[in-house]
Amino acid sequence: MSETLLEIRQLTRTFGGGRRWLAPAHPGVHAVQQVDLDVQRGDTLGIVGESGCGKSTLARMLVGLDTPSSGSIRYSGVDLQRLRRRDRHALSRRIQYVFQDPLSSLNPRKRVRDILAAPLRYLRGLEGQALERRLGELMEVVNLRPEFITRYPHEFSGGQAQRIGIARALAAEPEVLVLDEPVSALDVSVQAQVLQLLRRLKREFDLTYLFISHDLSVVETISDRIAVMYFGRIIEQATARQLFQYPAHPYTRLLLGSAPVPGGPPIQAEAGDAELPDPLAPPPGCAFAPRCPRARDECRGELPTLDKLPGRADHHAACLYPAEGSWRRFSTTNTQEGAG
Amino acid sequence: MTRYALRRLLMTLPVLLGLSVIVFMIMSLIPGDPAMAILGSYATPENLARLRADLGLDLPLPQQYLVWLGNIVQGDLGRSFTLNRPVLDEVMERFSATLILAGTSLVICTLVGVAAGIISAIRQYGWADRIITLLVLVGISVPAFWLGMLMIMLFAVELRWFPVSGMYSIYGGGGLTDLLRHLALPSIALAVVAAGVIARLTRSNMLEVMRQDYIRTARAKGLDESRVVLRHAFKVALVNLIPVIGVQAGFVIGGAVYIETVFQWPGIGRMLVNAISTRDILLVQGGVLVVAASYVLFNLCADLLQHWLDPRIKA
Amino acid sequence: MKAFIESLARNRLAAFGAIVLLLLVLLALITPWLPLADPDITFPANRLHPPLSEGNLLGTDALGRDILSRLLWGLRVSLAVGIAASLVAALIGSLIGIVSGYFGGRTDNILMRGIDMLMAFPYILLALAIVAVLGPGLMNALYAIAIVNIPFFARNIRGVTVGIAHREFIDAARLSGKGDLRILASEILPNVLPVIVITLSTTVGWMILETAGLSFLGLGAQPPQADLGSMLGEGRRMMINAPHVAMLPGLVIFILVMSINLLGDGVRDALDPRLKSGALSRPAPMTRIRRRLTGKHQDDAGTSPASALLTVDDLHTDFEMGRDIYRAVNGVSFTIHSNECLGLVGESGSGKSVTALSLLGLVASPPGVITGGRIEMDGRDLLGLSAREMRRIRGKDVAYVFQDPLSTLHPLIRVGDQLVEAIRLHQPLSRGAARELAVTLLGQVRIPNPQRRAEQYPHQLSGGMRQRVGIAMALANDPRLIVADEPTTALDVTVQAQALALIQRLREDKGTAVLFITHDFGVVSQVCDRVAVMYAGRIVEVGYTADILDAPRHPYTRRLIDCVPRLGEPDNEPTAIPGLPPAANALPEGCAFADRCDLAEAACRHGEIELIATDAGRQVRCIKPLGLPVHARAGVAP
Repeated sequence: MSETLLEIRQLTRTFGGGRRWLAPAHPGVHAVQQVDLDVQRGDTLGIVGESGCGKSTLARMLVGLDTPSSGSIRYSGVDLQRLRRRDRHALSRRIQYVFQDPLSSLNPRKRVRDILAAPLRYLRGLEGQALERRLGELMEVVNLRPEFITRYPHEFSGGQAQRIGIARALAAEPEVLVLDEPVSALDVSVQAQVLQLLRRLKREFDLTYLFISHDLSVVETISDRIAVMYFGRIIEQATARQLFQYPAHPYTRLLLGSAPVPGGPPIQAEAGDAELPDPLAPPPGCAFAPRCPRARDECRGELPTLDKLPGRADHHAACLYPAEGSWRRFSTTNTQEGAG
Repeated sequence: MTRYALRRLLMTLPVLLGLSVIVFMIMSLIPGDPAMAILGSYATPENLARLRADLGLDLPLPQQYLVWLGNIVQGDLGRSFTLNRPVLDEVMERFSATLILAGTSLVICTLVGVAAGIISAIRQYGWADRIITLLVLVGISVPAFWLGMLMIMLFAVELRWFPVSGMYSIYGGGGLTDLLRHLALPSIALAVVAAGVIARLTRSNMLEVMRQDYIRTARAKGLDESRVVLRHAFKVALVNLIPVIGVQAGFVIGGAVYIETVFQWPGIGRMLVNAISTRDILLVQGGVLVVAASYVLFNLCADLLQHWLDPRIKA
Repeated sequence: MKAFIESLARNRLAAFGAIVLLLLVLLALITPWLPLADPDITFPANRLHPPLSEGNLLGTDALGRDILSRLLWGLRVSLAVGIAASLVAALIGSLIGIVSGYFGGRTDNILMRGIDMLMAFPYILLALAIVAVLGPGLMNALYAIAIVNIPFFARNIRGVTVGIAHREFIDAARLSGKGDLRILASEILPNVLPVIVITLSTTVGWMILETAGLSFLGLGAQPPQADLGSMLGEGRRMMINAPHVAMLPGLVIFILVMSINLLGDGVRDALDPRLKSGALSRPAPMTRIRRRLTGKHQDDAGTSPASALLTVDDLHTDFEMGRDIYRAVNGVSFTIHSNECLGLVGESGSGKSVTALSLLGLVASPPGVITGGRIEMDGRDLLGLSAREMRRIRGKDVAYVFQDPLSTLHPLIRVGDQLVEAIRLHQPLSRGAARELAVTLLGQVRIPNPQRRAEQYPHQLSGGMRQRVGIAMALANDPRLIVADEPTTALDVTVQAQALALIQRLREDKGTAVLFITHDFGVVSQVCDRVAVMYAGRIVEVGYTADILDAPRHPYTRRLIDCVPRLGEPDNEPTAIPGLPPAANALPEGCAFADRCDLAEAACRHGEIELIATDAGRQVRCIKPLGLPVHARAGVAP
């Protein structure tokens, strides 16, 4: 069994809240709530969800761009917050981040050389010859021509800029890459190029990926395990195969049924309005209950926990009445139960 | 809306308080004995002693401030030693003259500036735009006090269309027409700079708004261009312009200092300049306080107006 | 830097301002060495000589001092004080702005409240108060003007810094191990510097005016020192009998400030990237049309098939940016039949959106120009219509649904009123009747509680809801064709599913034809009857959706389909297309895809490759279409 690299326990991030001067008191917005996750070394964990589900906030906490309100993240058994306090750079040498928008994550007034040299210099302490050599290696690793190193970001296409972003992350020689929608801003033909590159890098450098995306099909092709988020919580988690074959949470089934596939069967649309609950006044029970066709009274009163499904190894869902059986696109409604 | 207004009103209190601290500092920062500065160098020792006690000058600074603030809240701004009358009376009288001048100017510069800006934007790179751009450039580069003199020379001395200076004619003046005749030149001279700035910002704002997607939507509906410009584009530009006009109001009130000097307008600007020259500290304090406080209230109104026009700004 | 100076020199007004300013500065610099009378020595016998009198080129003032000499010395003082005040204000103000904007939170709060306090005073009044404290004098006037202008810099720079501090590259720098100071110095400052320079160059003139103003009031330079403002103030008293004493210094101030402002505007234009690309131009009500009569089909009007609702023939749309011409749409032809949904698919830059916008002249112009082709509807060429006739078609016969519903709905008009406006433009309905229809339409697009929603503003609706409003607006006048430009791209997948279902249902109910622009083959296969694939401004393949998805004929289509990961087929690893599409301002000869195509041969890179009909309603722009026997290829007619 492989080693657990990241251990996330009860991770919560709340924004705002408290009293403002001369304004009515308001509760905070829970961007991420009580998230438990384990990431094995060498795995790719996909995190899927729609906008506002908290997946980016989760990612930012992992690399230290944001601080949890409560809960813990342990890296190889060491608490991340403690690690950060002891050495600001220790975390950045282990976990790096690839941003969604390749152009806005590169300073328009800096040459590629300066962008890539920063982590080498400040995180790896490289200077002079060694630095130059490493710069050359990095450019080669992400398939960019060496002469590009003197150019400015705006001279690159989206795909090339994203490679620079990836090279910047690799420069720190991390063990984990958190990829926050790394291909969403790219055209499909370029998207495939970048995905291919990411696969190769993972093999070459024994990386562990946290791959965050709203696009189910992209996550499916690259992930070993997948966690689905809704309204700040993980509502289902399983191996990729398991999740796509036997999705248990009605929301997961809704996502799968909504995604159009080229040449695929017709997608299904919900009848009601597909709106998220008001984050300032979340419903007491399951956040998905107001949209869920399977919801019963208990769902609206009781918060389901992410439990292991009976009879399934390594498949967890936060649902009181999980769907059973395999999922087929051809089912007439996304709520139809399997044969069992 | 009322809730927002109330909140905004409450939020101006600390600003007013801070303002009073700054104004108070005018007195306490002046080197030497404030009592001497207030009463002038010919004051008797008894008077000086009485004033020191009144102002609590022997108390520590924070307490002095509280005494001073207490007096102001009761409407007592002290007595001007050069004019020998209560500061409040003098300030109010002068301030109303300034309000007439600056208010007229603000109306002129807003109307002219916005109209010129819109024309300039619609006819971008056309002749009207070039002429307006040039005029705007001249407007914001010309010293208002010099322009005022030029206007006096041309329209009052040479052409005799308007009186040279003052607010009313000395003999037989006093009516509204008399006031308007006296008002014409100074209010226009005062409006020129602000009109230039407003025209410039209106133009760039309109151009910015005209590029927005919702303007394309309006056109895609089949709307004719005049409605696109006036109903769709200007509506947004106006909301953006309100704070600009608020800032320009400050410039207009400030510029009044020069214009009042040039045109011998009996306003608060001229009063302040004289008070500074004669070191009449209480008069300076009172004048600055009243003008600044009214300016804060004016900006509060501008803010509320903007909030009322733009539903996106949340309370 | 070189580009900056070049663009400044191209701007004639700015160059003129720069030259005048340079002359004035030079004059001020060499003043001490010029053979001039001492500016401060009075000579009462020579008082008030008019200009051009002997010995005093510009005359003398009330004390008999030489005006020319005083002007030049005064210019020195005014320039020095104005520039010094600007620099002080810029330095302190920018520092406050950057720190406040970068650190945010409490630091920001405290600093900005202080700045607000300064701004609570009407501008010059604060300067007066400061002078009142410090006492009149040139240096005190300098401090006063500098302090008064700090808020402008602080506010401006803070705004810009906040925008930059939240950009991702700052996070990236932090993850690269840079500390706050390093980030401020090497990431923030280079991006803020142009704004500081712009603010500085546009306020120097103003500050010179203000310091002159204080001197004019007698609160700045003290006699006998000459300064342009104080000369003007002294001259004011003899304005009527010796006008030159006041007029000349005023004129010098005016010329000085004017030259600075001209240059300042030039600097702003040269540094502001938005202006550089000409993006601040106001788009014309209709795209400019400048058709060259070289088109193939200009002569034979009305050749479209009877069932055609709209026929596009050899459409060309260019973007003219400076000397470059980008051929965004490069000869596009297609036909939409009544009650049909035609998909227009391509990657970004393929020209699909520009094609859609060209139909009713909605491409922003400048820089867009329609340079060729015909768009035929009801036997009329839409590109030949007057603006007035075009307006009658817009929103009535052809309506649009745009991509981002937040930016495409007017933010300050209630959604109901926006609908009413659309309805009443083309239907003779009373306000009340239009209102009812608007609510009905909102109901038709399945907006719950339409009566109440009609009273709301776009920002109060969710993304999916807004797009329904957009669709309702397109439906307002029962158009025969709806052009939907990526209508679901900005939506989440579950919301997209609903929007697609809605479009589909409305199409069945109302029989409206749809031109559906998208980059997503998944969406295409859900809603489109036929699909046209675009690449580098051209249609490379068109045919029935199922046929194209099953057996693409053009290599680009095939590879484009192959690089999309398919849900439920995790082992089917998508294959990438190497390389990039060609730049639209340097399209290659022959097939634009040849450089990325693994089947390309020499013939692919020569001449014009036509769209040829292959099988069952299919057309392909390829000399060796996939999946066809060689003899079949040779046999088809062009």
